[in-house]
Amino acid sequence: MNKCINYIYSIGAAMGSLGKGMFRTFSSMVHPARILTQQYPENRETTLYIPERFEAELHLIEDENGELKCTACTLCQTACPNDTIQIKVEKVTTPEGKSKRVLSEYIYDLGRCTFCGQCVDSCNFGALEMTNHFENSEYDKRKLVKLLNERHLPANRKEEQI
Amino acid sequence: MTSLQIDFTGFTQWIGQTLSDYLSPGWALTVELILAAVALIVMIVVLVILMIYAERKIAGFMQLRLGPMRVGWCGSVQAIADVLKLLLKECVTPFKADKFLFALAPFIVLTTSFLALVPFSYSPGLQLWDINIGVLYVTAVSSISVIGVMMAGWASNNKYSLLGAMRSGAQIVSYELSVGMSLIAVIAMSGSLSILEIINSQADGWWIYKGHIPAIISFMIFIIASTAELNRAPFDLAEAEQELTAGFHTEYSGMQFAMFFLSEYTNMLIASMMAATVFFGGWQPLYLPGLDGFNAIMDYIPGFIWFFGKVFFVVFLIMWFRWTFPRIRIDQLLRLEWKYLLPISIVNVLIAATVAVFEWYL
Repeated sequence: MNKCINYIYSIGAAMGSLGKGMFRTFSSMVHPARILTQQYPENRETTLYIPERFEAELHLIEDENGELKCTACTLCQTACPNDTIQIKVEKVTTPEGKSKRVLSEYIYDLGRCTFCGQCVDSCNFGALEMTNHFENSEYDKRKLVKLLNERHLPANRKEEQI
Repeated sequence: MTSLQIDFTGFTQWIGQTLSDYLSPGWALTVELILAAVALIVMIVVLVILMIYAERKIAGFMQLRLGPMRVGWCGSVQAIADVLKLLLKECVTPFKADKFLFALAPFIVLTTSFLALVPFSYSPGLQLWDINIGVLYVTAVSSISVIGVMMAGWASNNKYSLLGAMRSGAQIVSYELSVGMSLIAVIAMSGSLSILEIINSQADGWWIYKGHIPAIISFMIFIIASTAELNRAPFDLAEAEQELTAGFHTEYSGMQFAMFFLSEYTNMLIASMMAATVFFGGWQPLYLPGLDGFNAIMDYIPGFIWFFGKVFFVVFLIMWFRWTFPRIRIDQLLRLEWKYLLPISIVNVLIAATVAVFEWYL
C-alpha cells in the first residue's frame, strides 16, 4: 500500500517539477526584454552594454594627485600565473637622502593574459583594476605588449624617451 | 454541419478527369501518383525548413538568446543556407565501412518517414490513400526506421555509431508499445482505425475534450512516448552529443547527413500530425457549444489551416520539451517506459473501453 502511494506520489512530483521547468522556459520565451544577446558590431555605437564587473584590460589606478598608486612591490608579478606582468624597479634617492624604490616600467603582455584577475586580488594598495575596454585585437602581436605607466614615467626615463 | 469548408474533392477529381481525358488509364494513374509524390515531398521540405527555423528561434528565445539573426531578415534564410551548404558538401565514406549498407541506410530511414505520411488527411478531400487501418499503418511503418538506424550504426564501423544505434533500437522498440497503447484508447472510443473516420467522429467535439480523462492521459503518454521515439531531447540518447559525438550518424556528412536530418524532422511532423488527427480533430474547426456566431466564423477558416495550426501546436510542444528538460540516462529511460508509461497506458485503455461501452462522452 505504501509502495502504491509512493508510486502515485512520484508521478505527481515528477509532473510538478517538469511543469515548473516548462513554465520557466515559456516565460523566458514570451519576455523578449530579458534577452542577453548583443548584436555586437551593429550596436557598437548605440546599445552596447558591458557589465561593470566585466574584466578586460589591466589598468593602473591614479590617486587624487594624479600619481600612480603603484608602489612597485611586484606582488602582482608573482601572483600572475602566466608571466604577463613585468615590473622594472629603480632606486631613487629622495632629497632627504633616503633611497626609495620607484616604478620604472610596468610592462603588461595582453597576449598572455587570461583575465583571471589574480593581480588585482593580490594588490595590497588598490592600485590595479580591470577595465571594460575589450576591443583589444591587433594585427601585430608586439602591439599587445603595453607599457602601463606611459604617462607616469620617472623623470630620468622621460628624458630618455624624448 | 453546413459545408462552408473548402473541399478539395472537386479539385482532385478534376485533375484525375483531365489526365484520363488525354492519357490511357494506366498512364493517367502513373502521372497522378507522381504528381502526388512531388506535392508531398515539396510540402514536407517546405514544412521542415520552416520547422528548423522555428526550432532555432524558439531555442534562442527560451535560452535568452536571439537565435539566427544574420542571414536574411531575422535569420529567415538561415535554414535554406544550411541546406545549400549540405548539398554542396562531399559525402565521405569511412575506410573499412560496409559501403553498401552505409549508402543504403539514409534512404531506408527517409523512405519509411515518407511512407508514413500517406494515409493522413490534410484537408477535407485532400488525402492520398484512405485505408481502413490508417493509424495502424502509420505506427507500423514508422517503426521500420529503426532498421535504417541500426544499419547506419553498424555500417559506419565506429563504436560511437554502434552504441548510438543500439540505444536507439532499445528506445524505439520499447516506446513503440506506449504509442500504440495510447492510440488504442482513442480508437476504442472512436471505433475506427481509418484516419478519415476518426476525424469525422470529432465533428461534434475533439477527442481530447469529448473523451475527457482517458483521452487526456493518453495524449500525455502519446506525446512523451513519441518524443522518445523521435530520439529527441530529453530522450536523445541515440545521438547524445556529449557521450557519443553524434550517435548513429557520426560518420555521415553532406547530403547523407541531410537525409537523416530531414527524416528526423519528418518523423516529428508525423507524430504531430498523428496527435493532431487523433486528439485534436484533424481539420475539424473548433466549436464552442451555444456560440453560433463564433462557430460560423470558425467554419470560414479553411481545413488545412486548422490542421497545420494544430500540427504546429504539437510541434511547438515537442520543441518546448527539448529546450527545457535535461537528458535522462538509459536505465531511467527504460524504467520510465516499463514501470510508468506502459502500466498507466494499459489501465488507461481499460478506462477508455469502459467510457466507450457506457458512452460517457462529454
